[in-house]
Amino acid sequence: MEVSKGEILRVAGPVVTATGMHARMYDLVEVGEEGLMGEVIGIEGERAIIQVYEDTSGVRPGEKVVNTGRPLSVELGPGLLGRIYDGVQRPLPVLREMMGDFIRRGVSAPALDRKKKWKFIPSVKAGEKVSGGGILGEVQEAEHVVHRVLVPPNVSGRIKEIYEGEFTVEEPIGYFEDGKEIKMMHTWPVRFPRPAKERFMPDVPLLTGQRVLDTFFPVAKGGTAGIPGPFGSGKTVTQQQLAKWSDADIVVYIGCGERGNEMTEVLEEFPKLEDPRTGAPLMERTVLIANTSNMPVAAREASIYTGITIAEYYRDMGYDVSLMADSTSRWAEALREISSRLEEMPGEEGYPAYLAAKLSEFYERAGRVRTLCDKEGSVTIIGAVSPPGGDFSEPVTQNTLRIVKVFWALDAKLAHRRHFPSINWLNSYSLYVDTLRRWYEEKVAPDWGRMREEAMRILQEEAELQEIVQLVGSDALPEEQRLLLEVARMIREYFLQQNAYHEVDTYTPLEKQYEMLKSILKFYEYASRALQSRVPLEDILSLKSRVELSKVKYEKDYKEALKRIEEMMRKEYADLGVEV
Amino acid sequence: MIGVKEYRTITEISGPLLFLEKTEPVGYGELVYITLSDGTKKRGQVLDTSKDFVVVQVFEGTSGIDTGAAVRFTGETIKLPVSSDLLGRILSGSGDPLDGGPRIIPEDRWEITGSAINPWARDTPREFIQTGISTIDGMNTLVRGQKLPIFSGSGLPHNEIALQIARQAKVLGTEEEFAVVFAAMGITHEEAQTFMKDFERTGALERAVVFLNLADDPAIERLITPRMALTAAEYLAYENDMHVLVILTDMTNYCEALRQIGAAREEVPGRRGYPGYMYTDLATIYERAGRIKGRRGSITQIPILTMPGDDITHPIPDLTGYITEGQIVISRELHRKGIYPPINVLPSLSRLMDNGIGPGQTREDHKQLSDQMYAAYAEGVDLRGLVAIVGKEALSARDQKFLRFADLFEDRFVRQGREEDRSIEETLELGWELLAELPETELTRMDRETIEKYHPKKRRKNGDQRS
Repeated sequence: MEVSKGEILRVAGPVVTATGMHARMYDLVEVGEEGLMGEVIGIEGERAIIQVYEDTSGVRPGEKVVNTGRPLSVELGPGLLGRIYDGVQRPLPVLREMMGDFIRRGVSAPALDRKKKWKFIPSVKAGEKVSGGGILGEVQEAEHVVHRVLVPPNVSGRIKEIYEGEFTVEEPIGYFEDGKEIKMMHTWPVRFPRPAKERFMPDVPLLTGQRVLDTFFPVAKGGTAGIPGPFGSGKTVTQQQLAKWSDADIVVYIGCGERGNEMTEVLEEFPKLEDPRTGAPLMERTVLIANTSNMPVAAREASIYTGITIAEYYRDMGYDVSLMADSTSRWAEALREISSRLEEMPGEEGYPAYLAAKLSEFYERAGRVRTLCDKEGSVTIIGAVSPPGGDFSEPVTQNTLRIVKVFWALDAKLAHRRHFPSINWLNSYSLYVDTLRRWYEEKVAPDWGRMREEAMRILQEEAELQEIVQLVGSDALPEEQRLLLEVARMIREYFLQQNAYHEVDTYTPLEKQYEMLKSILKFYEYASRALQSRVPLEDILSLKSRVELSKVKYEKDYKEALKRIEEMMRKEYADLGVEV
Repeated sequence: MIGVKEYRTITEISGPLLFLEKTEPVGYGELVYITLSDGTKKRGQVLDTSKDFVVVQVFEGTSGIDTGAAVRFTGETIKLPVSSDLLGRILSGSGDPLDGGPRIIPEDRWEITGSAINPWARDTPREFIQTGISTIDGMNTLVRGQKLPIFSGSGLPHNEIALQIARQAKVLGTEEEFAVVFAAMGITHEEAQTFMKDFERTGALERAVVFLNLADDPAIERLITPRMALTAAEYLAYENDMHVLVILTDMTNYCEALRQIGAAREEVPGRRGYPGYMYTDLATIYERAGRIKGRRGSITQIPILTMPGDDITHPIPDLTGYITEGQIVISRELHRKGIYPPINVLPSLSRLMDNGIGPGQTREDHKQLSDQMYAAYAEGVDLRGLVAIVGKEALSARDQKFLRFADLFEDRFVRQGREEDRSIEETLELGWELLAELPETELTRMDRETIEKYHPKKRRKNGDQRS
């Protein structure tokens, strides 16, 4: 932990070479007269290769470099929720106060508010022995979130004194017997996963209120999902919908190398949104990390680690955390850019050969665990991928697919026809379907699995029939098959399509999803019967109840609406002479 | 600049790059002056600096430079003299006056690389800009502070469309006009003339700043032209409270220059030889569009790029599309059909559209109307493929209607005159008129109330005299 000084040898964009200091890998350094923040990413003999998180224009050889002797770390403690940070955990609102509307360099700001006092209520007593990750007490961090103050994972000891009262994050809330101070805040190096006792199999779904996801391609709490999509295919909206509506306790949203204006929308919208479960502002359970595409590339590389470490911290308190990273491709590009400045031997498409290893290390930090304090917590990672040219064979997409268990294939063609969320139901998959099936059948309906399969079968068959239709036209098909095409269209338009901007449609509770799909399938059942009793297909398709089914998604009181439609359906079919 | 020494220590010249030895410590990104033996001056910028050597990229090209040329490091990064007198001026790609006018007396000198706007300081762009072009206003709405590129191909009328937007763009309910900053990178004299003539004809030049790097100007200069232009735009927007429309054409030429530098530095190339950092580099240009909380001005960007081989997956349009908030795609097929503006709405998109439309901005039915038209047109276009195989007769009555809708859509909604400035009301009414050709049961993207209120047939029944 000693501070040592060196001198700059070379500056090439974000990569600086320095000499004359005792550098260890991933030490945090201050570069140049302005003290720009940097990190040692390579050592060649006497020379340390440093990536700098700020713009290096004007930095000269010969200027000093100070090694802090600490690795790049984040501050963990009460006051993280509701905040917005850049890639290296500098709070953006504070930066704005300090340096105006534009990000200037050489400015640092503490991640946690040093002045704010938190009411701490201890849950341990003097004389008790605590170990790493244990709970010391509680702070009401937000209206609905209790912050459990943890012993740093690498610390243990017997408590000599512990106080109740109002403290800042830096003030001691007690002492260990060896005289060490106990604080509400501790730091943790971002590149090291926080430890847990045991990992569980993920068997509880992360509910999102998005019909295509919850019903067809669910992700489990503690699982991993990838959303690759070409630009304009609705990737960002899907990610934001997940951040808004998923039933996680805590959401960490990383805007990694993405658009400034979109980040602003998130920043403006989240505080206004209500958590559908508690009615409190959604922002109170959210941590945002924004490193837009034009902010320094090295900070973009770090942003992913900053985010996952914060997510793990809340997991360690026993919470379900979901982490959205938009987009991991931009992160991989940052790796590539830095690797190329280091003149490393490139792998596929110029990406460094360690790309796959880095990606899997990151996704492996997801999981459902027994924490060090014997609670259950989880981190679910949902990573967006932006394949260049929509080509899924490129290295980032391919390496991601090898790791993640859920694949939500966004499809530009669907987006073009404004089918949103534009998740292709034929190419997507979820390896959690079987493990989650029991949960769904217990909590929602016993015929859940069967119903899902039936709907999937119809969609599959539609795809096959479409090929024939392309050749001979739909009129050449027998009526049963034409009916199937129509029902598939109903599933697509009435069920799969969901309007993120519609007040009601934006979030669909699981039960409503079930009832909606069930009534469409019921219509199919009646229609098949009608066809058997020689009712012409045109008559079936012009039934009013069919049109009514398309509007159910917009109905807040869906039970009432579905009841009405079902009666209508029964009556109409009865009028056609079908037994129902 | 006191005590700045000159060096005659060039050891290597490679393409646009100079390699020097034995200099004092030189800052990364510093501006460099090179004086040739015949007295000509050139400018460059430091790309790599160490105790042993310095790499300089020369903007005006290295022709005529020999190892005896004198190199002077200025100790500062490249700056643009800014002033509100910039309006009405025509400058070179590196900021020197071309119009014979006086030198610009700077009110300040701003670094051309700009700084990233703190995402917390950004304000969401939400004011609807009426361009008078139905395919944009109705279906890919532009808002103040957005960056919306035009993806075109060689030989297509992207310049006319950009000009029409510059001419007609207005924010409803305000009389404020846009100031236009126009940056040309590697376009031909003829194309530049078209722009200049139009600016003069409409009097737009008075509220425009023009930066010209033409096809025969040095390619490397193109790397600073858009940054110069955006610095001028930022000054006008944030110091002078103006709403600025920035047109950058042609970004493809900019990327070629970037590739040239990458190749000269023997960097590991990314896709199709473009440097791996092209995404970040383009982002530092495009992300300079936006609005800032508490400041009145705004920067709206319309970059134009020609897609090599009309290929939208080419790295230039691809990376651009990942940074910008959508794209307007010009279609060769529509152009061949004689339709102007040949904008293909299907691959086009405005990501900020939903901020700028709806009650208070345009009209409450706008979103649903545009979704419905998208869906119907997409279906119609799909059916054309089918007709080519089975013939029109084999289609069902329903499908025939969609086919007809697609034709009508192109002929009446897309097509409009070069001087035709349609109001948003006109655009939306036209949309309804076309959708009324479809059976009401097929309007699945709309809710009941919207249909009741706006469908022309319903309105006639309800005795509404509006249209």
